[in-house]
Amino acid sequence: MTETTTTKRPVLSVENLTTSFKTRDGWKAVIRNISLHVDAGETVAIVGESGSGKSVTALSTMRLLPAGRSRTEGRILLDGRDLLAASEAEMRKVRGGSIGMIFQEPMTSLNPVFTIGNQIAEALVLHRGLSWSEAETETVRLMERVRIPAAKARLHEYPHKFSGGMRQRVMIAMALACRPKLLIADEPTTALDVTIQAEILHLLRELQREENMGVLFITHDMGVVAEIADRTVVMFRGDMIETGKTDEIFATPKAIYTKSLLASIPRLGTMGAAAAPKRFPEVDASTGIAVDGREMNPVALSVEPILKVDNLAVRFDLPNGRVHAVEDVSFDLRPGETLSLVGESGCGKSTTGRAIIRLLNPSAGSIVIGGQDVTKAGTRELRTMRRTSQMIFQDPFASLNPRITVGSAIAEPILAHGLMGRKDAKARVSELLEQVGLSAAMADRHPHEFSGGQRQRISIARALALDPKFIVADEAVSALDVSVKAQVSNLLLDLQEKRGLAYLFISHDMAVVERMSHRVAVMFLGEIVEIGPRAAIFDNPQHAYTQRLISAVPIPDPSRRGQTPPPLSEEIKSPVRPFDYVVPKRTYREVSPGHFVQDAH
Amino acid sequence: MTTMASLSMPFASGLRRLFGNRAMLFGAIILVIVVAAALLAPWVAPYAPNKLSIINKLKPPSITNFFGTDEFGRDIFSRAIFAGRISLLVSLGVVFISTVLGVILGVAAGFFRRLDAPISRLLDAMMSFPDILLAIALVAALGPSLTTVILALGITYAPRLARIVRGSTLVLRELPYIEAAVAMGLPTWQILARHVLLNLASPILVQATFVFASAMLAEASLSFLGVGVSTDMPTWGTMLASGREYMNNAPWLMVFPGLAIVFSVLSLQLLGDGLRDLVDPRLAKES
Amino acid sequence: MARIAQALLKRLGGMAIVLALVVTVVFIIVRVTPGDPAAVMLGSDATPADIAQLREKMGLDAPLLMQYGQFVLGILQGDLGQSIFLNQPVTTALAARAEPTFFLTLFSILIAVGIALPVGILSAVKRGTIFDQIVVTLTMVAASVPSFWLGLILIQVFAVGQGWFPASGYGGPETPFFERLHHLVLPAVALGVVNSALITRFTRAAMLDVLGDDYVRTARAKGAGEGRVILKHALKNAMIPIITVIGLSVAMLVAGAVVTETVFGLPGVGNLVVSAVLRRDYPVIQGALLVVAAIYVLINFIVDMLYILVDPRVRL
Repeated sequence: MTETTTTKRPVLSVENLTTSFKTRDGWKAVIRNISLHVDAGETVAIVGESGSGKSVTALSTMRLLPAGRSRTEGRILLDGRDLLAASEAEMRKVRGGSIGMIFQEPMTSLNPVFTIGNQIAEALVLHRGLSWSEAETETVRLMERVRIPAAKARLHEYPHKFSGGMRQRVMIAMALACRPKLLIADEPTTALDVTIQAEILHLLRELQREENMGVLFITHDMGVVAEIADRTVVMFRGDMIETGKTDEIFATPKAIYTKSLLASIPRLGTMGAAAAPKRFPEVDASTGIAVDGREMNPVALSVEPILKVDNLAVRFDLPNGRVHAVEDVSFDLRPGETLSLVGESGCGKSTTGRAIIRLLNPSAGSIVIGGQDVTKAGTRELRTMRRTSQMIFQDPFASLNPRITVGSAIAEPILAHGLMGRKDAKARVSELLEQVGLSAAMADRHPHEFSGGQRQRISIARALALDPKFIVADEAVSALDVSVKAQVSNLLLDLQEKRGLAYLFISHDMAVVERMSHRVAVMFLGEIVEIGPRAAIFDNPQHAYTQRLISAVPIPDPSRRGQTPPPLSEEIKSPVRPFDYVVPKRTYREVSPGHFVQDAH
Repeated sequence: MTTMASLSMPFASGLRRLFGNRAMLFGAIILVIVVAAALLAPWVAPYAPNKLSIINKLKPPSITNFFGTDEFGRDIFSRAIFAGRISLLVSLGVVFISTVLGVILGVAAGFFRRLDAPISRLLDAMMSFPDILLAIALVAALGPSLTTVILALGITYAPRLARIVRGSTLVLRELPYIEAAVAMGLPTWQILARHVLLNLASPILVQATFVFASAMLAEASLSFLGVGVSTDMPTWGTMLASGREYMNNAPWLMVFPGLAIVFSVLSLQLLGDGLRDLVDPRLAKES
Repeated sequence: MARIAQALLKRLGGMAIVLALVVTVVFIIVRVTPGDPAAVMLGSDATPADIAQLREKMGLDAPLLMQYGQFVLGILQGDLGQSIFLNQPVTTALAARAEPTFFLTLFSILIAVGIALPVGILSAVKRGTIFDQIVVTLTMVAASVPSFWLGLILIQVFAVGQGWFPASGYGGPETPFFERLHHLVLPAVALGVVNSALITRFTRAAMLDVLGDDYVRTARAKGAGEGRVILKHALKNAMIPIITVIGLSVAMLVAGAVVTETVFGLPGVGNLVVSAVLRRDYPVIQGALLVVAAIYVLINFIVDMLYILVDPRVRL
């Protein structure tokens, strides 16, 4: 937004900023010689992977790092005044006064034992000298300004009654209470669902325009950068790698790191004419050059499904009502096919997966695996069933027992089911480790000796140990860094082709889903609102929610900026209903062969 | 990265951290001395614990009697060493009983949803009794003896361990690797043994250290009150109880056995604290 | 207010269940005695006739379930049985000895909390400084000292040595109230100091935990001064676990009081229990256990209620 740049002197100018932390081995620099500036009305993004030092840069600027254990050198000029030379009392006026800040975790950033109103008003009382009662009127105004519905009524509520998106709005209201010249936003949308993220970004842009304030935006997401930043600073392991206008960085990245970063991010709309899934591009880290992956095999439609789910429902009772976590969900899955379940947190996609694996008991409906009804299977039948179906989990750090060697973990199911003797099992473990791209010699190591991506490969090897027919992959690649994400996804695709595996791929990441799936089912509030072939869902979405979900995904291309959906500013409805609630029967229409959309209700 | 190197050698880094934590090292050294003295009592103690010498009664500490002598002229230093045997034996027995009971109850309550409410309520009820009072009542009911003191204190401290184990099990149960074990069709006993108990070992060890310390204090209290082990069996508590009568004229009778308790308990607390920091890095910031 | 009333009812229900279990546990404890309790109580000189008489008096001849029924019925009517040796109702015996125990517990909890809260908070705020290290060391040592031993030393120094306080006893009803309380100074200090160690360590840990939380960073980013950050934002959150540990330490104080009363010759409930154990006066042991546990359950209930006031997230 260059048209709003009115002043010459930058609001914030950081010169040669170096921050060190005290460690056992003495002072260690975590960021080195960072220089950047933010003009009024301008958004500057700092982008980098975990460990790049981008958050430390933000906290150093606010002087929020612990005094004894950290040291900051260089200059931080706010309107020409050096903050590193300011006294602590002066800094208190700056924090929340001239610089507002919002953080990544809206769920933990608000104090749970004080009301929302109290926490916003505190900033006004501290900086503008208002009395608490005067501050209340202003607080309501601020809450309305960040589009919190029924602001007056919610003033006296506690944070735990607010959703993540609403809490982030409260944080923004608090940060903007004293009309700061600069807003520092540290990954403000990372913990939020994609549609909520779009709303928050929209709100931030609007408020920035109204206030002509500078924004320093820290993120790991290139899509978000393309969406909002005028200029971008790329960081890697504490160093500034590249800086420049966002358009230029995206169009002609200079540093190899930036090139490979841009090449490895999954993007929407790169499937071309492919009908089946496509491997992710392979990026050469030394040159940053990417080669697009090949298309995988299509699925034979004539084969009998390995999994049939009919009218599945999972409900939990709470003291104040019943959660309809999953309601009337039906689909089938053929050998060699990937069906993705997509939707935002709380939509019931994980619950569906866990019910199919029978980690939860379904409340209604039926699950048929390989022609056998396992909905009500007892302990003995379950044991047999567990050889056909397996699950891979999201968190690579909690998926493996830290006290058992990975070889032993992979051999465990083989031995428990009595499929082989110890000796054969050992050979099988070596084979499996090699199949997932690790070496057989790693079998004797413990999980903590592996990286996140390697652990996820081990989890896959363990899931394959029983030679299952289908695998439920619950956000299996979501926690991985961008480049690793592509590699593990490619592994899953290769294994599928080789073994004819079927995947139920549960994910919130639309760009990954587009690459991985044959078919896609969109879930909202426990129900499937749309299901069909991948191309049909992404290129021709019919349900209003599917359209919102797809258009909310930030596109890593600054030239397509601003195509996000209009803000909704409503709390997502909750799946908690009164006990006497009768589930209405939903109807679907077939738009094209195999593409079903739930009728409006 | 440096952390990767240290992580790949858990034992070596554990040792390094043990020596890095001076408080814990201090605790470990005291405990080793106390345990060694107790084990080697007949060789370490300069006199037999019950050797009477009326001429030498109530002598203050000296070169011949480091801690002085009691009303029968018995050497306090030797008696304190032998008393350590009983005190340690009782505490060890208590730790064993309470750990076995606590782990069974805690894992059952934490892992099996149906058992949680009844077991938890029972633990609530048991923990409503102040520890010494419950132990006294149990000893009174069972009749005082070494075994009953161990049994009574073991029952008294079992709920504490059970609470901790239950809490940890509840957290573990939700972890993906336990769910993966269920999804792989492992039998329940195998999930409990290999995945739950193996990962509970550290919190149990830490808590057992604290129970050890509490048991030592409680045993001393019981003996001091005369409701614990028989008074002719020297423990630090019984030594304090019998020394009390003479404390105006011969304060060493109560000072040294008391210090023996303080140092032993302190060593266990230091050790427990250090272990907890090693096991749970999140809590390490406490010290 | 409706929220609190509703929560109150729910917690009362839970409390009733625990109390019922407490009654049952007490009943069982006294009946696990190997052999005949009546014979044990009367000692080896007793004639079979004496034993039979006592058995009847204690209702030991009835079937176990009947005994349990009578036990519960008695409790509901406020009857905890009859002390054989004191020859008076257990409730009377307990009531007569409640005062010193009550004040001893009260004073020691005041001393413990009075030391622990400020020291613990300061130690957390000044974490890593010499002050903090001294606090950590002292609390560690204090938690290792048996309170009765500290009592013995205090008697040596301040009663026998300096003569500032009486070494033992409490004085009868005719003694002026403040003089009676004067007797409680040393025992309360002995108990309070030892227990303050636990609460101090806990307060420090809770504060450190809270000071690392995201909302504390938010408060700082808002420009709040350290005083406000610590006393408003951190402390109210830290109080949630601290309240629990204070509630818990009341039970520990009662346990400590049993021994401390013996050391200082205070005629309190602890003293009564110890002599009852030595005489195998089962009804008294049973009654004292029951009353003390009931008080503990009540304190827990109060702690639960305090939670609701402090923590708006408590599920009701």
